[in-house]
Amino acid sequence: MHAPDGFLTAGTAVATGAISVGTVSVALKQAKEQMSEKIVPLAGVTAAFIFAAQMFNFPVAAGTTGHLLGGALAAILLGPHIGALVVTIVVVVQALAFADGGLTALGYNVLNMAVIPAYGGFAVYSGFRKLLPKSKGGVIAATGLAAGISVVLAAAAFSIQWLFGASAPVPFDTVFGAMVGIHILIGIGEGLISALTVGAVLASRPDLVFGARDLDPAQLQESGKVPLRAFIIGGLAVTLLVATVVSQFAVDNPDGLEFVAEDTGFISSAQEHSLGGSIFADYATSGINNETLSLAIAGIAGVLITLAVGYGLFRAIRPRERVPV
Amino acid sequence: MSNALTVTDLHYAYPDGQVALKGVSFTVKPGEKVALLGPNGAGKTTLAHHLNGIRRSDRGRVEVEDLVLEDSNLAEIRKKVGLVFQNPDDQLFMPTVRDDVAFGPANLGITGEHLDGVIARALADVGAQDLQTRVPHHLSGGERRRVALATVLAMSPSILVLDEPTSGLDPAGRRELIGVLESLGMAQLVITHDLPFALELCDRTLIMDAGRIVADGPTREVLEDEALLRKHRLELPYRI
Amino acid sequence: MGAGHAHTLYVHEHSPVHRLPPETKVLSAFLFVAAVAVTPREAIWAFGAYAGIEAALVGFSRVPARFVLSRLIAVAPFILFALFLPFIGEGKDVELLGISLSSEGTWAMWNILAKATLGATASILLAATTEVPEIVKGFGRLRVPPVITAIASFMIRYLEVVAEELGRMRTAMTARGYDPRWLSQARPIASSAGTLFVRSYERGERVYDAMLSRGYTGVMPVIDSRTASAQDWAVALMFPLLAAATATIAFVTL
Repeated sequence: MHAPDGFLTAGTAVATGAISVGTVSVALKQAKEQMSEKIVPLAGVTAAFIFAAQMFNFPVAAGTTGHLLGGALAAILLGPHIGALVVTIVVVVQALAFADGGLTALGYNVLNMAVIPAYGGFAVYSGFRKLLPKSKGGVIAATGLAAGISVVLAAAAFSIQWLFGASAPVPFDTVFGAMVGIHILIGIGEGLISALTVGAVLASRPDLVFGARDLDPAQLQESGKVPLRAFIIGGLAVTLLVATVVSQFAVDNPDGLEFVAEDTGFISSAQEHSLGGSIFADYATSGINNETLSLAIAGIAGVLITLAVGYGLFRAIRPRERVPV
Repeated sequence: MSNALTVTDLHYAYPDGQVALKGVSFTVKPGEKVALLGPNGAGKTTLAHHLNGIRRSDRGRVEVEDLVLEDSNLAEIRKKVGLVFQNPDDQLFMPTVRDDVAFGPANLGITGEHLDGVIARALADVGAQDLQTRVPHHLSGGERRRVALATVLAMSPSILVLDEPTSGLDPAGRRELIGVLESLGMAQLVITHDLPFALELCDRTLIMDAGRIVADGPTREVLEDEALLRKHRLELPYRI
Repeated sequence: MGAGHAHTLYVHEHSPVHRLPPETKVLSAFLFVAAVAVTPREAIWAFGAYAGIEAALVGFSRVPARFVLSRLIAVAPFILFALFLPFIGEGKDVELLGISLSSEGTWAMWNILAKATLGATASILLAATTEVPEIVKGFGRLRVPPVITAIASFMIRYLEVVAEELGRMRTAMTARGYDPRWLSQARPIASSAGTLFVRSYERGERVYDAMLSRGYTGVMPVIDSRTASAQDWAVALMFPLLAAATATIAFVTL
């Protein structure tokens, strides 16, 4: 997600830059109010934690690993304002000290990696908290859902920026489908690890979880561990559901899904041929007559195959780096 | 002449109700070096945090020279009481050694060449003149301790309060630190588990246990009282 | 992607570029990259000129060219994306060796390749010649709010400390035979993340106590009031000015 210089047009860079600067100055003002004199050491050291959290390798499947992005997690632990501020500083320092992401791309990188995951993630979190029981389990479940969705929101935001500031003739719905598709899977890992992390903090220092401030000690006792397996199965179910929706979205834009299936942006067009003869060719699954259903199945399968191929490619290219999930 | 430090009947309980100090009273004379021994959880660090007002108690009194600690004179008390924390990584928070040593005096409003002079003197006092431009993270354990001490010396305190200054140091680093502390003329209250260090540096020793001062006397006498030491979970590594 | 390293790109040298005050380098890098970013992609010669300016700077700074090139790997995924644009771009209107390509896609490929590489090189040069705390100080002198630069500088100070704690927890887990292969085995990792957060927060509170003990009143004191001289500014801004001139000519001549 650390996009380089020139990835979106100069106008988009300036516009997103203005939005980011505006939002971060609001975040700063609110954060100062929340932490008062302690803001510098507390935000500073917790920013180091978020930076380090992005180095946490967690297993994905069959020994492949991913790492945390941390925007929603920061917002739930520290509050949306400090969360947004802290992740912004992480992103900016990554660009300046590690040349990760372009300097002129900071506008949209900060927006997509800090502002949207923190504020968007916290909004989603607050929403789920209203629906879920007021307990420790409710906080953990809401964290997982919000963290996962925050990653998808960021991907959707990037697609919208592409709509306005594309630097290449790839249509919006292609980018949207590919970005959202890939980030749904990334979101599962993000959601799971964020939820478990918040759970671990609740177990030792519940007073440090901003998002759980409304709970009294009795409510904090309720429901300890998240059933991990259930969570993963649930996450996959949500993924497939969204993939279905995305595929319906693509029905109106026939060549959209074709690109999702063919190419997530990293994959060779040679795949076009390999998929061309497959049972999913033309999106209608052979043997299934219901058009919507078969499209949905083709969509799900397309996303999954693409992700699998994308993974393989990623691992082939960067054998010593983590796959971003 | 007034004492460097006078603590009278100090009580403190944490917000969670756990009582840490149960009526602590003692004095430290100007220039006197006093060891504060005691088992883990005795309340030593909590006591240290009261001496410059980063923790406040509503029962009991802390006097530094002729100043009774209260809200209005916190800044002055913190200048007079130099608190050296247990973990130098908590104390050295600035990007470079120079910036760290400058932090205290700069808060006192010292700037420019005067500030440069203060920094140079504080670092010279601990034998760390050459470390000015170094990054704290890249210092050795011993260097970190001495620089942490310098950050406090830069404020010209009248009493030093050191929390386990020798923990984690190798013998050479420990030896250098003892040399530095011996060379400093101000009063010192040294919290430590390192009994030979207490014996070498301090003429007087306090033992604290369960929030109370339970012994106060010449270091050699206190350390020779094996029954007393054993009662408070202390032990000399060898016979004196 | 690629956020998994705590080692900065700083290359210890005593070059004139290293000696320039950080604020002049930070501003110059931004202006230079901005000039590159707005340059029309059709002005191929202009990108050659930018590359020339950067090559000269690499030479002045004595940062090994091989180091710069090896660090460009960070933009690799995007370069890869760009490389496929001629094939996936809309409007296949060019035939090359029997493959139909999109000319618009080819231009887009060139645009991203050139700008991403030049931009990343500028960032790498900045980071290679300026220590991270100095970059932050430079930002402070460019009037970024002091609270932000202070938080950034504390983050950098404690990054390695926190990363080492993380490393120790990892070692402890590995030592006890923990070798996860599936997401469902991730719980111990998340609990160590939780522990790390609590430790970091508590460290922040202890650091605050240490700051209070040395007279902190909520405002970071001004320690270093030295500022860049006019000559420093002139030297540093020469490069983005050259770039701006190049961009202007590129606009006018197209």
